[in-house]
Amino acid sequence: MFGLLGPNGAGKTTTVRILTTLLTPDAGKATVAGFDVVKDARPLRSHIGASGQYSAVDEHLTGAENLEMIGRLYHLGARRSRQRARELLERFDLAEAGDRPVKGYSGGMRRRIDLAGALVVDPPVLFLDEPTTGLDPRARAGLWDVITELVVGGTTLLLTTQYMEEADQLADQIAVVDHGRVIARGTADQLKDQIGGDRIELAVGDIQTDAGALQVTVPVTNGAASLADALARLSSAEVTVRDVGLRRPTLDDVFLGLTGHEAETTTSQDVDIEDTDNTVLAKEYSR
Amino acid sequence: MNAVAMAVADGATIAKRNAVKIRRVPDILGFVILSPVMFVLLFAYVFGSVIEIPGMSYREFLLPGIFTQTVIFGAALTGLGVTEDLQKGIIDRFRTLPMAPSAVLVGRTTSDVIANVISLTAMSLTGLLVGWRIHTSPHEAALGFVLLLLFAYALSWVMAVVGLAIRTPEVYNNASFMVILPLSFIANTFVDSTRLPGPLRVVAEWNPVSAVTQAVRELFGNTSSAMAVPEAWPLQHPLLASLLWIAVILAVFVPLATWRYKKAVSR
Repeated sequence: MFGLLGPNGAGKTTTVRILTTLLTPDAGKATVAGFDVVKDARPLRSHIGASGQYSAVDEHLTGAENLEMIGRLYHLGARRSRQRARELLERFDLAEAGDRPVKGYSGGMRRRIDLAGALVVDPPVLFLDEPTTGLDPRARAGLWDVITELVVGGTTLLLTTQYMEEADQLADQIAVVDHGRVIARGTADQLKDQIGGDRIELAVGDIQTDAGALQVTVPVTNGAASLADALARLSSAEVTVRDVGLRRPTLDDVFLGLTGHEAETTTSQDVDIEDTDNTVLAKEYSR
Repeated sequence: MNAVAMAVADGATIAKRNAVKIRRVPDILGFVILSPVMFVLLFAYVFGSVIEIPGMSYREFLLPGIFTQTVIFGAALTGLGVTEDLQKGIIDRFRTLPMAPSAVLVGRTTSDVIANVISLTAMSLTGLLVGWRIHTSPHEAALGFVLLLLFAYALSWVMAVVGLAIRTPEVYNNASFMVILPLSFIANTFVDSTRLPGPLRVVAEWNPVSAVTQAVRELFGNTSSAMAVPEAWPLQHPLLASLLWIAVILAVFVPLATWRYKKAVSR
């Protein structure tokens, strides 16, 4: 699985639209499963499945009718289409809801039926454009399970997301995009290594004061030693440490390190401190 | 599967999808059945009480006009469907499938013929209740209905172009009335066009809607010898003129709609 990670407006959806033949590129060349996305658009469409961030199903049709229609449009024939629709409803835990109009489905069910629509012909290459945007955590976890299963089953998958956690969890290879360019690529671990070291997270001061202002994250090269050092200095400066932790960088940190701005969708309260010298930290919080 | 068979099969699949909605979406069902019935009753009782047509009852004169107006309204449904599809992700889904690109418009215009068959049935029954009758042979009557449906089909492509140009369902709803109201009123649908003032009369006489209405009146026998047919060529030869109009509209608007569709979806 390949993850395309970036904030809103980075060009993820545009990339997917070009690769799924929805948009004609202004320049350049792209091939998917051996087919040129411009010249071989028609045959390519039999080898890909796509599921977008906006549900591409008909609200007034039932789940089963939607899948059957897609089967017919892949030219599977009436019987095979019907059979396939049932199989997919079963697999996506929608068997019961299958005969109800999609209008009454929950957000998670809609995404599942939409994803099922992309799988009608079991395409070797699958594009998922922000499949979990707007889902609650439980629905998201459910969809992650399904996606993982697909990859285990041998499907090549391109996933776009603005959630660092999602790319981290699901993708083997990640490309970070910003303003239409790939700014970094590699495995999640490689990307984390690229910006170096661990993070010390510290919360200091009285618990009743505004916690957000008294929290700080600092990248350090030698995690354990730096942590011990920081704690020693804080204690000699008589600063109350409320919470402390050492963690591996998340993709949030990667993004911050690579672009100089935070991924727009996160609500992290991390404070950016350029200088890794721990004395800065001690000074700042000894007030 | 060869290209033509595929285009037909895909068009049928999309038409089926749209047709399911006619009975499932209350808005559409109301539009297709209730408002045509309401029009028949309103015009028959309100206008019918004050407008006099020489040699025949106004209701006899009126019904073919209402039929034509209603199939025009039915054609307007096409543009609405197109704008609604464009707003949702469904067209993107269609476009990633190996289906014939023509199927979206072909399917849409075809399903709207089905909607118009339902409307015509509901109106005919209401018409019979308020005293309208067909005075000709069954095959002439059938030809009358077929002509109405053909005309509606051609207009569906016009309204598809309007829908593709406008793209927003709410705006389309207003814009479509700017097209269909003059088209259905500046004609012989509800009034005797010979009594209209000069320029308006010329427009009315050459309006395709008038030719179709006149042809349908003749095919149903809803005419009166006391009422002279206008001199204008289309009204002297209404059936031929209607068929010509239908051919011209299709020849212009099918390619135009196809072109606009390609442009609209590739943004």
